Amino acid sequence: MSAITRDEVAHLARLSRLALADEELDHFAAQLDQIVGAVARVAEVAADDIPPSSHALPLTNVFRPDEIRPSLAPEQALSGAPAVEDDRFRVPRILGEEA
Amino acid sequence: MADTETLMPYDEALERFEPVLGLETHVELGTASKMFCGCPTEFGAPPNTQVCPVCLALPGSLPVANAEAIESTIRIGLALNCSIAEWCRFARKNYFYPDMPKNYQISQYDEPLCTDGYLDVVVDGRTVRIEIERVHLEEDTGKSTHVGGSTGRIHGADYSIVDYNRAGIPLVEIVTKPIAGTDTLAPEVARAYVTELRELVRTLGVSDVRMEEGSMRCDVNVSLMPRGSSEWGTRTETKNVNSLRSVERAVRGEIERQAAILADGGRITQETRHFHEETGRTTSGRSKEEAQDYRYFPEPDLLPIAPDREWVAALKAALPELPSVRRSRLQAEWGVSDLDMAAMHNADAIELVEATVAAGAPAADARKWWMGELARRANEAGTALAELSITPAEVARVTELVASGALNDKLARQVLEGVLAGEGSPDDVVAKRGLQIVNDEGELSAIIDKVLADNADAADKVRSGKVAAVGALVGGVMKASRGKADAARARELILEKLGVS
Ligand SMILES: [Zn+2]
Repeated sequence: MSAITRDEVAHLARLSRLALADEELDHFAAQLDQIVGAVARVAEVAADDIPPSSHALPLTNVFRPDEIRPSLAPEQALSGAPAVEDDRFRVPRILGEEA
Repeated sequence: MADTETLMPYDEALERFEPVLGLETHVELGTASKMFCGCPTEFGAPPNTQVCPVCLALPGSLPVANAEAIESTIRIGLALNCSIAEWCRFARKNYFYPDMPKNYQISQYDEPLCTDGYLDVVVDGRTVRIEIERVHLEEDTGKSTHVGGSTGRIHGADYSIVDYNRAGIPLVEIVTKPIAGTDTLAPEVARAYVTELRELVRTLGVSDVRMEEGSMRCDVNVSLMPRGSSEWGTRTETKNVNSLRSVERAVRGEIERQAAILADGGRITQETRHFHEETGRTTSGRSKEEAQDYRYFPEPDLLPIAPDREWVAALKAALPELPSVRRSRLQAEWGVSDLDMAAMHNADAIELVEATVAAGAPAADARKWWMGELARRANEAGTALAELSITPAEVARVTELVASGALNDKLARQVLEGVLAGEGSPDDVVAKRGLQIVNDEGELSAIIDKVLADNADAADKVRSGKVAAVGALVGGVMKASRGKADAARARELILEKLGVS
């Protein structure tokens, strides 16, 4: 398992829209490396007789009743948006000109 | 429009090619709260007022499935004769598009809740079984508005603005297996299927299925193969066809378009197409040949669903009477022909007739008025029958007034006109317009005397035994009374006065 590089952390941070300081990049690179290493151990024990699973707990049918809970106020909802227009999230052009 | 195409006339297209259809229908469930969070689902709320950390995908939030939505989906599956999975999961459908803030949609992939069902529809007296591939549960997306550019479309827009009120509303997708062998009836079969499905879902009470508000949306797949071929052609998928009429037009238009291309030696591009309500034509959207890989995987934030068998059996036992069963029952009760029943079904008149009968009218009368005068008026006004401003109880009252002899059919039509014009109840209209039949024998007798005097020739003919000539005299009486005379009684009195009884 190759180590997670500082550049890879910077790339992930950019994708996640997180502003990380230089020392944080080093810090998280080491941590992520450990996490990836821990996950890799699963592959070592996953033999043919162990069925794949999508959840750690042997539970099913966890539902909530159909009841309304308070929503956020629009100004709260929009507070993290890079751009807002007419109480909506404003996003850059999605598709270019029609071919 | 960029791709204006030649079309082959429908009849010619069907002489050369056989269509194969597929329909994917999305139904927004009418739950109070969203699929995975407690936000309300009300239509038309101000933008971004029905959102929370879960449906905005804020870090640290976790979805929990809405029990009611699961139950509604199972009920739809049962009503469509599907098998209900003993164990299934949600899956992430990954795509990068701003209508889903998570960058994935929670959907179902290879483990849908319901599989392998069918729905029978009747078209032109022929029953067609539409096989259902799957019914699965997912979440709706947000609503984007494209700003700038000339057309308000996504192409050429400068930017887009997004309202996430709709994001996370439970959405049931119902997918048919390929529908072959419908031949020239393909457009009608497609429409009949969506109509029947809409009625079924409405009967279950799980959605308001309003196509104009988008709570029911249809994607139409069409391909053509040369007659006699067994190999299906390349299909196109026409998205978001949002009325029953449009379903039919989209199939027909796509058959005409593809036939022209194939006959010209061209090939069909597998692509998404957009339906245009104004023209009934489709235009090319994104091409599926550059199809994205959605990288589906089991949703780790949600636990598997394992519907208890006893619960499923109980839900099945508690299903309401389904539309086709109900129609058969009503047809037998009302004693009408297949043709008349189909006409009522197509006119969306069955519920109205049923309610009118429930309000005391004989079935034949209820049908006569809804399918006759009222259908004509709805047609003139360009509205649906149910949108007319008259209630089944009012129609029942009119039939009662006719049965009692207080009105004849001609006056009854005027009463209906008055009710539709907002002049009040049938009794109000009768009183205000003075529409009572002339039952006063003295008044009627005086009118007849005048008519006989004015039409001496006709009167003589009747006296001399040509009883057929009485029709003109009755007509004269009806005219003189401005339609208020009881025609049958007038005829009796005329014959009596002329000594021919
Ligand atoms: Zn929410």
